[in-house]
Amino acid sequence: MSATAVDVEPLPTSPKDFFRRFTQGEFGSLRVLIILAVIWVIFTIANDRFLTALNLTNLTLQIAATGMISIGVVLVLLLGEIDLSIGIVSGLCAAIMAVLSVKHGWSPVLALIVGILAGTGIGLFQGFIHTKFGIPSFVVTLAGLLGWQGALLWVLGDTGTININDKFIVDLMATFLSDVIGWVIAVALIAVYAVLALRGRMLRVKAGLEAPPVSVIIVRVVAIAIPVIATIWVVNQDRGLPLALVILVGFVVFFDYITQRTRFGRHIYAVGGNEEAARRAGINTGAIRIAVFALASTLAACGGMLAASRLLAVNQSTGGSDLLLLAIAGPVIAGTSLFGGRGRVWSALLGALVIGSISNGMDLLALNSDVKYMVTGAVLLGAVVIDAATSSKRRRAGRV
Amino acid sequence: MTESIPALELRGISKRFGAVQALSEVDFSVGQGEVVALVGDNGAGKSTLVKVMSGIYEPDEGEYRFGGEVVNVKGPQFAADLGVATVYQDLALADNLDVVGNLFLGHELTSPGPQLDETGMEHRAHELLSTLSTTIPSIRTEVASLSGGQRQQVAIARSLLGDPKVVLLDEPTAALGVPQTRQVLDLILRLKDRGLGVVVITHNMADAFEVADRIHVLYLGRGNGDFQAADATREDVVGAITGLRTNGKASA
Repeated sequence: MSATAVDVEPLPTSPKDFFRRFTQGEFGSLRVLIILAVIWVIFTIANDRFLTALNLTNLTLQIAATGMISIGVVLVLLLGEIDLSIGIVSGLCAAIMAVLSVKHGWSPVLALIVGILAGTGIGLFQGFIHTKFGIPSFVVTLAGLLGWQGALLWVLGDTGTININDKFIVDLMATFLSDVIGWVIAVALIAVYAVLALRGRMLRVKAGLEAPPVSVIIVRVVAIAIPVIATIWVVNQDRGLPLALVILVGFVVFFDYITQRTRFGRHIYAVGGNEEAARRAGINTGAIRIAVFALASTLAACGGMLAASRLLAVNQSTGGSDLLLLAIAGPVIAGTSLFGGRGRVWSALLGALVIGSISNGMDLLALNSDVKYMVTGAVLLGAVVIDAATSSKRRRAGRV
Repeated sequence: MTESIPALELRGISKRFGAVQALSEVDFSVGQGEVVALVGDNGAGKSTLVKVMSGIYEPDEGEYRFGGEVVNVKGPQFAADLGVATVYQDLALADNLDVVGNLFLGHELTSPGPQLDETGMEHRAHELLSTLSTTIPSIRTEVASLSGGQRQQVAIARSLLGDPKVVLLDEPTAALGVPQTRQVLDLILRLKDRGLGVVVITHNMADAFEVADRIHVLYLGRGNGDFQAADATREDVVGAITGLRTNGKASA
């Protein structure tokens, strides 16, 4: 979130420079914003209810759970690994929470914490098997996908479906903050970003390093301020800022900070980029891997809690169906590489927005699942083809 | 040029792998501010000798002296702490990180708390790279987009962050074009100017004669001549490498 972290991609010097670097796959988040804009324009033309405050607020609620799970997917993808169990783990952990709080009468907070910790434990276990025995993560988590599905059925027992009516759990998705609080959060976010950016610049100037001019920082602050203000303005026309959105964006910002600005995050990128280099540099690559798998399952569990809160129930198909595939497709559409080392946590949010928008728009048009899946598949394919084409162009340019 | 006490000295080093005698009674030394080229045919024992120096292999016999003191090197970390830095042929750079990220990989500066001190790292990286006069365009460039020569410079520069006394370079100019080889050789000479002992493993005679003060030849796991680069001819060295001459004498 701090200014220096984004300096890796220096601003273009001219429109020509911008175009050259854009076609070489830089500014990846801009590409997904264009995809998103196209989708929104199409649906707005097709149905005038798409761009209403009510629908956009619903959209944020629809993407909250998938987006949360996708944060963990990004971390795993940064290693160049895959976790196929995250969907079902989200369902299993939600089921554990529901059984403990509804059937056993535990306090909902405690049940929620135990459910999330169960996710952490699953991740630690899978990460340990993967690193200790050198088994590809694909296979370990494929076994997990099957095994935890069984565990989910077992936890639910004969009941099959558990309805959740506890206020604390339900409120996760049903709480909307007042207009004033929404604006306070918006102003605070923008102010913190501006202060960090200016402080980063000051430190660089003090250290005698090349620093971005103040005008560039102003552009960056405005670039952050516009979507923040627009979001608050839109949701305030409806029920207000959804707590779920605050939770999701909060997690994204936190994990973006972890990956970009801490030693642990740097080591995740290093292991994904060149594991041998990381090992020789003295990094405990096994520990990094286990930690990432633990985080991915923990985040999946958190996503499961949000999904349960939205559905007001946990049943045998919770965490199944297309949840896993959409949670992986999102970050990939938004530019996170499947081969490790490249991508940002933000792609979880942006990817969830793209997929959520397609699904939401199709529902408004009353189209069936068949079209929805085909379009989502086409967008995924298109995004990765663009990514492959641009990065091979970059490689060619880089080697000259 | 060569001081009376070598920075790193090996005496009577032998190393055996099962039935293969990889090294037998090899003597080797490198002084401060001296560049020694280590040459030899494939399988002559160059890599084994470097791995002994960098602490990866423990010799079966022989003495490892650092700064004149006999030391018992236990593992690569021990050698690195002692002041022996190794730059491997396959570079071990993470392509997806920028130059600064690679320079400090595994030894990142942090402040405050666990947060990366990007400003501090960039500052030190600037200092280091400018004193070495490297040809790296920007230290915020992703390593993937650097040329082979520039990558090699990053790898060598990284080895200097631990303030080593001796730097071991494994085939630093292999697979590089002419201008890039030039850049790397220039960098080796600047390491020498900084008073470092530099050991360069190479196949390339031209490179060896260009940067080395001494050329040490290995043949079938034995020392087979130690030439002053200024006095020796290419024929002498090639003869020693191919075994046509053993320890300075022509053999049958």
